Amino acid sequence: MAYNSIVCIKQVPDTAKITADAMTAEGTVNRAALPAIFNPEDLYALEAALGVKERFGGTVTVLSMGPPKAASILRDSLYRGADRAILITDRRAAGSDTLATGYILAKAIETIGSYDMIFCGRQAIDGDTAQVGPQCAEKLGIPQVTYLEEFLNGEADRVRLRRNHGNGWEVVESTLPVLITVVSTPDAVRPWAARRVMKYKKARIPAEVISPEELESLKAKGLLLEQWTMEDIHADFDRCGLAGSPTKVYRIQSVVLTKEGFSKVEPTEDGINGMIHELITDRTLG
Amino acid sequence: MTKPNRQGEVWVFAEQQDGQLHDVSLELCGRARLLANQLGVTMGVILPGNNVESLASTLIAHGADNVYVVDCPRLAQFTTLPYARAVCALIDKYHPQIVIYGATPLGRDLAPRVASEMRSGMTADCTDLQIENVIDPKTKTEHENLLLQIRPAFGGNIIATIVNYDQWPQMATVREGVMPLLPADANRTGRVIRENVEISEALMAVRVLERHVEQRKVNLKASRIIVAGGGGIGSRENFELIYELAGVLGGVVGASRAAVDSGFIGKEHQIGQTGTTVRPALYVAVGISGAIQHRAGMEESAKIIAVNTDPEAPIFSIAHYGIVGDYADVLPKMIKAIRTRNL
Repeated sequence: MAYNSIVCIKQVPDTAKITADAMTAEGTVNRAALPAIFNPEDLYALEAALGVKERFGGTVTVLSMGPPKAASILRDSLYRGADRAILITDRRAAGSDTLATGYILAKAIETIGSYDMIFCGRQAIDGDTAQVGPQCAEKLGIPQVTYLEEFLNGEADRVRLRRNHGNGWEVVESTLPVLITVVSTPDAVRPWAARRVMKYKKARIPAEVISPEELESLKAKGLLLEQWTMEDIHADFDRCGLAGSPTKVYRIQSVVLTKEGFSKVEPTEDGINGMIHELITDRTLG
Repeated sequence: MTKPNRQGEVWVFAEQQDGQLHDVSLELCGRARLLANQLGVTMGVILPGNNVESLASTLIAHGADNVYVVDCPRLAQFTTLPYARAVCALIDKYHPQIVIYGATPLGRDLAPRVASEMRSGMTADCTDLQIENVIDPKTKTEHENLLLQIRPAFGGNIIATIVNYDQWPQMATVREGVMPLLPADANRTGRVIRENVEISEALMAVRVLERHVEQRKVNLKASRIIVAGGGGIGSRENFELIYELAGVLGGVVGASRAAVDSGFIGKEHQIGQTGTTVRPALYVAVGISGAIQHRAGMEESAKIIAVNTDPEAPIFSIAHYGIVGDYADVLPKMIKAIRTRNL
């Protein structure tokens, strides 16, 4: 049997590379100053889906939401083996919290239509919430299995999965369709395939195309990637973007290191003895 | 989607596995008690499971006024859908104003599902919760006594305060170990309320076939004293000195991610954003530069000693005692100083 999988992916600022330059005077993060990367755990989700396709046949569709420049992770996915790539890009989706994002992704998945499995990374490194996967599953009315480590086996109407429950692992069986969030894969994420890079490096979403001629030419070559708006997915505007987000950011502070009561201790016996004495006096020790 | 109910209780979701309550649930009871006092309402705990009613007395001793028990064989093992049904049914019935969950793997699986079904807000992985009057900067409307949901974001580089004006309950998951575990009071009284929630067969879509629990060999969270080594220790053999210092101090050994990734020590020792969050009485950071991800997991320690050869290492900025020097020279001196006092 073959499975049709959808992989939800996100382009994120590389939070590991944050420096003082990336912070604005107001203490918010200047996303433009950071390199944009494929969210690491979403690559595991893609690998898991491609692994399923290899074993059982079927298709892999990647779905993302973001500004037009997120088309680069669509191409990245095609280089690794995805069959189809869709970007939801619409200003009315900006400012969506996890609830609104889960809703929008669910509407897009319903628009895609038939699917057996949806794979998501556990969480994205910019927010670290791990909420969008479960919320998307709820909106679709399908079960969820979080923290996948290995896809074990599949039958026509069910799959067997090994998940990490935080204190070890468990094997679960789920009916289909199911949404799966992924923390790791047994095999390393596959690299770009040279042939696929040659084929898809010119693939574009309409927003990246300047002239109508180019658009026609890309379409003719099958290199025009899908770009969807809120209308395309029949989303209710009240449930998208800021309007559809119950959580509001009230305050942002950049992390300031606290430095109170610091004593420099000389690395000598006297210095260290003095420190130990203080710790005993204030009852930290003893 | 529920409208604000300012008479609503403050709730904690009690996480249990095989009849054992998770520490974080008791930590949350302490904070929920304070929030409820501040709001002048009662505090409730929801306790779904199978044969779990006996846990109610512990929850009452930790601050609960009401414990809502949903006891059902279909809740014997955690799977998302039956647990989400139980929690949503009770929220629908009682309209609490706040519901908090441990930011454990289980809590972070369950809570967003509940929030989506209720169409209410959910903030992940909070490190602090407070009550404050908030003026919406857009509409200038004042909202009395909102829950401030405070959490690190962008890899710990910023602290965001999140609020939920009108799509209640206000809900959040809270990181383990950040709320102090308050002492139990066996004389407290509270009510145990049995709730029947129908868990249909259709909700049993996921079944657990096999479960493997790895025994944690170190209990970082319960330790008063932690001696942690970082990448600067250089090798597994060199960690012996870390163990020796921990031994004379009666503490346990922790590690930074760099040390774990280099294979000097096992992952169960890891402290930081991706490991365990700790708040011991004394934290000795040895050869740890103090990346933000590490500091996030230990900066609440009551006293911090940092030992590092690099005087510019960020760890010194949060340390109470800073020793610039080679740990191979400093640690034996510390061990000697402690041994001579016979602690």
